[in-house]
Amino acid sequence: MIEYLLFYAFAAVMIGAAIGVIGSRNAVHSALWLVLCFFTCGMLWMLLEAEFLAIALVLVYVGAVMVLFLFVVMMLDTDQAAVNASFTRYLPVGIMVGVAMLFELVTVLASRRFGLEFYPTPPAVALGTSNTRALGEVLYTVYVYPFEIAAVILLVAIVAAIALTLRHRPGVRTQDIAAQVRTRAKDRLKLTDVESEEGGG
Amino acid sequence: MISLAHYLTLAALLFGISVAGIFLNRKNVILLLMCIELMLLAVNINFVAFSRYLGDLGGQVFVFFVLTVAASEAAIGLAILVLVFRNRRTIDVEDLDRMKG
Repeated sequence: MIEYLLFYAFAAVMIGAAIGVIGSRNAVHSALWLVLCFFTCGMLWMLLEAEFLAIALVLVYVGAVMVLFLFVVMMLDTDQAAVNASFTRYLPVGIMVGVAMLFELVTVLASRRFGLEFYPTPPAVALGTSNTRALGEVLYTVYVYPFEIAAVILLVAIVAAIALTLRHRPGVRTQDIAAQVRTRAKDRLKLTDVESEEGGG
Repeated sequence: MISLAHYLTLAALLFGISVAGIFLNRKNVILLLMCIELMLLAVNINFVAFSRYLGDLGGQVFVFFVLTVAASEAAIGLAILVLVFRNRRTIDVEDLDRMKG
């Protein structure tokens, strides 16, 4: 009973937050609604006994990706009037496509052929079993090559993001450490032999 | 107990909302990226639900990889977005049509 209550409460918050994401007038508000949506989804995954992923979702998405989104939203300024005009213009077609997709998905899920009634609810896992440990045991054995590829993908993302946004503006006085290190004494220092004057005073 | 159909319906709802969002927010690429994140979240809910109801951890491992790819996609997408804004001073989808020919 309490599980139903939690599920429906979280589901309602999540759908509300998702509508907030697409319906907000302000991109910052959209990002904040998306944070709520991810957080609630993490709670739903807790109900599904996927604890590690729930925590990872909150840490990675709410902690990192959404902060990045907020950062970029605040860096770029957009024409708010144009955004609002476009919203009302595309509202009918947007709702139409959304409802069509929802209808299709529900027809598949609700059909007898899909046979959802053949998936009974599994019993809750025993107290003391660790989801993180179970996940780690398959991740580092069966899925070790995909895991390595995921690491390479992240590395590529780092390099790409830095390479894309790095820029060299001319006329900015910055310290060029490589040039400083490369300097040799003979390039800068000229030793001249000055004759000393005899009997001067 | 909550059945698999509950979770699948919830994910379907979320997916429908995010597809509608892509059509509604044609002026702001950042919102399109957010809608894509929502879609990935809906897919991930399906993965986790099936993983639980079929008793197979592979679904959760796949969600792990989807999260990895989605994070790098967001990082690169936002970097491209910053670059586009720096060069064109706009992130309106309808203005980004230089390759239309």
